[in-house]
Amino acid sequence: MPAITFQDADAIRAVQSRMSPPSRFGDKAFEWLTLAMASAVVVLVILIGWELWVGSSLAIKKFGFHFLTTSTWDPVAEQFGALPFIYGTLVSSAIALVIAVPLGIATAAYLTELAPLWIRQPLVSLIEMLAAIPSVILGLWGVFVMVPWLRDYPFPFLKRYFGWIPLFTGPIYGPCMFAGGIIIAIMILPIITSISREILRSVPNLQREAAYALGATRWEATRIAVLSYAKKGLFGAVILGLGRALGETLAVTMVIGNTPQIVASLFKPGYTLASVLANEFTEATTDIYLGALFEIGLVLFGITILVNLLAQLLLRTIRATSATRAVQ
Amino acid sequence: MSAILVIAPLGLVFFHLLINGIASVNWDFFTKLPVPVGEVGGGMANAIVGSLELLAIAGMIGIPIGVLGGVYLAEYGSARINSVLRFLADVLNGIPSITWGVVVYGLVVLRFKSFSALAGGLALGLIMIPLILRTTEEVVLLVPNGYREAALALGVSRWKTIVHIVMKTASKGIITGILLALARIGGETAPLLFTAFGNRFWNHSLIQPIAALPLQIFTYAISPYDDWHRQAWAGALVLVTGIFIVNITVRILTRGRGASVA
Repeated sequence: MPAITFQDADAIRAVQSRMSPPSRFGDKAFEWLTLAMASAVVVLVILIGWELWVGSSLAIKKFGFHFLTTSTWDPVAEQFGALPFIYGTLVSSAIALVIAVPLGIATAAYLTELAPLWIRQPLVSLIEMLAAIPSVILGLWGVFVMVPWLRDYPFPFLKRYFGWIPLFTGPIYGPCMFAGGIIIAIMILPIITSISREILRSVPNLQREAAYALGATRWEATRIAVLSYAKKGLFGAVILGLGRALGETLAVTMVIGNTPQIVASLFKPGYTLASVLANEFTEATTDIYLGALFEIGLVLFGITILVNLLAQLLLRTIRATSATRAVQ
Repeated sequence: MSAILVIAPLGLVFFHLLINGIASVNWDFFTKLPVPVGEVGGGMANAIVGSLELLAIAGMIGIPIGVLGGVYLAEYGSARINSVLRFLADVLNGIPSITWGVVVYGLVVLRFKSFSALAGGLALGLIMIPLILRTTEEVVLLVPNGYREAALALGVSRWKTIVHIVMKTASKGIITGILLALARIGGETAPLLFTAFGNRFWNHSLIQPIAALPLQIFTYAISPYDDWHRQAWAGALVLVTGIFIVNITVRILTRGRGASVA
């Protein structure tokens, strides 16, 4: 092979200079552009916290910690206490969880363990459809169909046979805490079901095979080998559902009765943090009233962000461990 | 058994929407303005158009930020940064939609002293960002590395590789994510209550209050008038039909996705 002459080297250099290396500028610019867009999530979190804090500063200064512990809500006298709303939010979400958690997890278990294969995909699609129904439409249905039905049949039944429990006493109006809890349950069922299903699917088959090998029936294998194995992940799914339940607005506002009070009976109307925002925000005439509503928003944001952080942390550790296990 | 209980509300809601709404979904509904209280008839033409306008504004804000942000997560970010951003996006997705309304109220409405279409669109757009970001990231990650290496080996610069090869390959999935996000915010009411506010007439200005279908349904549903209830059902039927059409289309579109990406 002949040595490269100087002329050749010159020619190569000439070609190279014409081919100029791809410009780094476009690459850098595009990377920075996408980074700027991605950092929007950071900006948004800070923005929400900041806006709510600034908006409620007046109310925070005036009421201090009492805002969270007093229960007078009187815009005319400019007395604001958020306790009934916090109570209503927690109780309605608790009712929703009591209904939705067993149903959601059972459905997820059915979908991953027991159901015949051909029925699984259609069922999953239907559950996703349920998740797609807007809150306001579920509320409309709740007001005109569910509440009258509950008032006429299940509620009197509960009152007659379980009336000795304080939860089921007092007159039945229709819109009430119980109805609010049920509508929230319907709204969070899809998310609890689909996350639980994802968790159960990540349970290694070895678990099931081991249980069967020990002579377990299908139900026993599901209960012992699958459900208890996935306990932590399912807990994450429940917490995520709780996060959604706490912030559910329209449907609840339409059926819960919107009365700020703290009473044991679930047949009495209640009020939630999100509902009071929906109802009163546009009516806030004074600065302090608006400030109090902003503070309600801040409380709601604080609670939901904590719950969501917890849920994401739980689900994240599960996914991480199942991923490393898969690699091994 | 529990599966039946979970599905039951879906069937019931749809059944009641049909029997209560179908009679009122007619030509007037789509073409006429609401009539004053006490008069029978009228429609929700302004609300339907208003909803579409709001979706367009939201899309202009949410789609570019969400898609490019998702591309960053999938193509550039280091593992550390990514896990933080992903985490924040998931947390944002869990924030109640009414919170967004409050924030945009403080940010826009208070400052400009007016409810506006722009504020409503902004609230919806902000909700879209983390949704689209996560779906885009997922589908872009599905594009096999061989595609990127082939383009880079040909001397194509990295950003052109990403735009022309990677994003193009993943475009079906990205569009799916966008459509699902639009369907989701199309039914949102809470963030609009005190941003877009609602309007009983045509609105031709972005800085005026604007009507939206879900908002109109809410106002009519909690009103004491029978004729308004009737229209609320009709509006709900139209809204749900629209959302279901988008969802079903997407489902059919994505059926072939696994094959096209792999």
